[in-house]
Amino acid sequence: MALQTLDIQRRSATTTPSPSVRQTTEVAKLIDISKCIGCKACQTACMEWNDIRDEVGSNAGTYDNPRDLTENSWTVMRYSEVEVEQGKLEWLIRKDGCMHCADPGCLKACPSPGAIIQHSNGIVDFQQEHCIGCGYCIAGCPFNVPRISKKDNKAYKCTLCSDRVGVGMEPACVKTCPTGAIVFGSKEDMIQHAEERVVDLKERGYGKAGLYDPQGVGGTHVMYVLQHADQPELYHGLPKDPAISPMVSLWKGVTKPLMSLALGVVALAGFFHFVTVGPTETHDEEEEV
Amino acid sequence: MTNHWVDIKNANVIVIMGGNAAEAHPCGFKWVTEAKAHNKARLIVVDPRFTRSAAVSDYYAPIRSGSDIAFLGGMINYLLTHDKIQHEYVKKYSDATFLVHGDYDFGDGLFSGYDEETRSYDKTSWSYQKGADGFVLADETLQNPRCVFNLMKQHYSRYTPEMVSRITGTPKEQFLHVCEMIAETAAPNKTTTFLYALGWTQHSIGSQNIRTMAMIQILLGNMGMAGGGINALRGHSNIQGLTDLGLLSNTLPGYMTLAGEKEQDFGTFLASRALKPLRPGQMSYWQNYPKFHISLMKSWYGDAATRENNWCYDWLPKLDKVYDVLQVFEMMHQGKMNGYFAQGFNPLASFPNKAKIGAALARLKYLVVIDPLATETSEFWKNFGEFNDVDPSGIQTEVFRLPSTCFAEEEGSLVSSSRVMQWHYKGADAPGEARNDAEIMAGLFLRLREMYKQEGGAFPDAILNTAWPYRIPDNPSPEELAKELNGKALTDLLDPKDPARVLVKAGEQLASFAQLRDDGSTASGCWIFSGAWSQAGNLMERRDNSDPSGLGNTLNWAYAWPANRRIIYNRASCDPSGKPWDPKRKVVGWDGSKWAGNDIPDFSLDSPPEAGMGPFIMNPEGVARLFAVDKMAEGPFPEHYEPFETPIDTNPLHPRVVSNPAARVFKGDMEAFGKAAEFPYVGTTYRLTEHFHYWTKHAKLNAILQPEQFVEIGEDLAKAKGISAGDRIKVSSNRGHIVAVAVVTKRIRMLDVDGRKVHTVGIPIHWGFKGVAKNGYLANTLTPFVGDANTQTPEFKSFLVNIEKA
Repeated sequence: MALQTLDIQRRSATTTPSPSVRQTTEVAKLIDISKCIGCKACQTACMEWNDIRDEVGSNAGTYDNPRDLTENSWTVMRYSEVEVEQGKLEWLIRKDGCMHCADPGCLKACPSPGAIIQHSNGIVDFQQEHCIGCGYCIAGCPFNVPRISKKDNKAYKCTLCSDRVGVGMEPACVKTCPTGAIVFGSKEDMIQHAEERVVDLKERGYGKAGLYDPQGVGGTHVMYVLQHADQPELYHGLPKDPAISPMVSLWKGVTKPLMSLALGVVALAGFFHFVTVGPTETHDEEEEV
Repeated sequence: MTNHWVDIKNANVIVIMGGNAAEAHPCGFKWVTEAKAHNKARLIVVDPRFTRSAAVSDYYAPIRSGSDIAFLGGMINYLLTHDKIQHEYVKKYSDATFLVHGDYDFGDGLFSGYDEETRSYDKTSWSYQKGADGFVLADETLQNPRCVFNLMKQHYSRYTPEMVSRITGTPKEQFLHVCEMIAETAAPNKTTTFLYALGWTQHSIGSQNIRTMAMIQILLGNMGMAGGGINALRGHSNIQGLTDLGLLSNTLPGYMTLAGEKEQDFGTFLASRALKPLRPGQMSYWQNYPKFHISLMKSWYGDAATRENNWCYDWLPKLDKVYDVLQVFEMMHQGKMNGYFAQGFNPLASFPNKAKIGAALARLKYLVVIDPLATETSEFWKNFGEFNDVDPSGIQTEVFRLPSTCFAEEEGSLVSSSRVMQWHYKGADAPGEARNDAEIMAGLFLRLREMYKQEGGAFPDAILNTAWPYRIPDNPSPEELAKELNGKALTDLLDPKDPARVLVKAGEQLASFAQLRDDGSTASGCWIFSGAWSQAGNLMERRDNSDPSGLGNTLNWAYAWPANRRIIYNRASCDPSGKPWDPKRKVVGWDGSKWAGNDIPDFSLDSPPEAGMGPFIMNPEGVARLFAVDKMAEGPFPEHYEPFETPIDTNPLHPRVVSNPAARVFKGDMEAFGKAAEFPYVGTTYRLTEHFHYWTKHAKLNAILQPEQFVEIGEDLAKAKGISAGDRIKVSSNRGHIVAVAVVTKRIRMLDVDGRKVHTVGIPIHWGFKGVAKNGYLANTLTPFVGDANTQTPEFKSFLVNIEKA
């Protein structure tokens, strides 16, 4: 990991500057929902590459399985049956998982130094050895993605295969996707590819087709091509204008400096107390009891 | 497939009907997305359910399971009445102009020649009129009322849009919309491709479902074209190879057939298969039948096969009837069989009416299961509570389980749906004592042969004289077997035009089936595979995917049978003068002196267009058949018959003949059919992407993705029955019941059929009582024991059930 540390541009709860001698290309994964057949090959590839296995669960009356993201399921398919036009059924199938926000709420919320990092290519990665299991990342995530393991009390989510991407490979889900619904490359190229897809979809009657790259979180490094970009909520509640929770913004924006100030005042008061009153003295006899 | 997977990208319109390619063939489905992305293709899905394929389609139309011929017959009617056919193609490349026998007739649901007693037809009148010269009579003007074109027009005139909607439940305007989209490809330079699978075959009228679509493809001029064809998506890895090698009870390798009991004479046997041309100047390629058959006999029996003993013809069994799986299990059920080998086969799970299958297996003396997995069949005798409630103390069958390797644990070739034979390599050693199938079969054969040698027997000749040339007799290698199937010269093959010239030296591998001879000088285990392992080596290992034409034919990637041809009937991609109908998608063409192009021409290379040879060289007519003559069991034109368990109790076209009059139904099974009064809903079984048959429930990854048995019902039915998503429901047929979780969905619609409201209950098949997924019921507990009249493929796709909250 030594070389990869050169590419870390942000660390949670850290004020020391990040290394900056080299810059990597900003990457993105583009998920074209109009091409997705919901085969779950991406879920399988994710489990295999990362060597994680969820429980053999049960059926709750839907195709969704596992039913939700867990510490062992970093991506799941969400199936939504909708009728956008009267009488015209659509089965919208969205691959859910970490969006790798340019402005990551999880990282901002995380109080543990270096438990969440952002690479200069845009990937947001959890460093579990530094995770304290506080769950602030969950509160900070506008997409409800991180999950805490009951086993080790640490947070887990999609790494965008940072280990693969770091050595020039595409994420495992991209490699396995049989229909080419998931593609990967520089963010610039992915936006261009999405634009071509949108032209095709509009020609097929999806007048509101578009790219999902929400600016409320500074854009994302996982983007969607949506047939109905005006109604992202149709896709199993994909947020229309995701933003970092005001609590996190408050914590990072106003409260944290205030709290730091308060902490400073306390320290300062202590110092003055020390100077003016002197150290607290203990009695040897008492200590020996 | 007449075409191939990659070729789907060349289509203008893709129809998925009688299949669910995205669900069952997700990797091949990439070519559908390619066609949409780069060829502006439109994807149409017609299915009782809004499937994963429908999720990415441009147009979806619902249909009642089992009514496809009504839909497609209506489409034929639409194409004819709207004059949306490729005229020149139909006239020159089909039998449209041929005159039909004067006695041929159709009325009130039956064709001429029906015998109610035997439930079969005398097919004499299902034939063409012939002239004094022995050739078929034709009327180029299409005016004669007895020509195929006019009889076809008359036959399908009953399939009006109103009638189609009444039978299928497809709203009329949706049916017409599909017709309009497809009709556009009647233009010579436009194609539709049809992708189908078991959604069409698993009906009592399965073969005719496919024939109706084939007729549409002929009318549209889509056969032989890039981006056209009829494309069966095979459901197992190498099931294409199984069919090619003739592993059905009545077939021999390379689509040759076994003799019937009335064909004791070798000369008659060959003459009835080596068909003479029915029209002047036609090739009728099966005239080479003796070369293929005798080379097969030389491959099987070596020196023992001689001209004097008719190449061991007498050693081949002569069939009194077809021994398909239903027949075999019927006999087993009657106690007429002692032993059964289930090799890579899980009949308890895979065959209809599980109760009957289980009872049949219990009447065997022994059962041998050769499989990499512990299948349900191998433990049919064990009690698994509600899922397999049997009493082991009452079952005396001795069961042997011989563990075999799985595909990744062995080397060899697989044949894909594209007819591409591709070599693959072993990925890992098999666990424990597992052996590959060839080794197991060789071990059994050698021991049996030894017993015959020692003890004699009723008829030892065929066993004792089987050629067994393998280096390690009890473990024939994949290389040896592949070379044997390709075939070799047994003596020097001399050029007939110049006897001084040796074409192939004795012992050398043959370059193609064109080199096969009927004098015992060549051997080939499967003539259509000839060329795959020639003197140039193993061509199935080739991995050059260069594609100069851009059509995706990749002639140097592995090897496609026949003759490395990627699109069969490709002569039909050109007009009669030899020019491609669509110059942008040129497959082959006449260059002034020979046929050549971007594929191996499916034609006599030096036959000039003006000679008038037809493109369908496997038919003695030289053209495609709209009129199937005597080839089908239930009639020369496909007719809609209801499933044996019909939700409407009638056939709106002819109430007196409801279901397929030529389908075989065993005694007892007719009584086991349910009626709509008691079982009002249409049950249909199918696969899910997350699983492969009954195998992958043994794999944890698949079990995680789809852990528990479920059935799908529409919102209307759920509401009527008070069922919510996630409730457990009991699904019953007249043969048994299963219990599963309910998935309530908008994707299954209630349909208006013949004045009734018809609901569909969708039943995925993948669960059982072995493996790591949650135990469940075998779905085939519910299905009826009846098959297609031609192939005997069971009617898994359409039967009657009832449901209630469990």
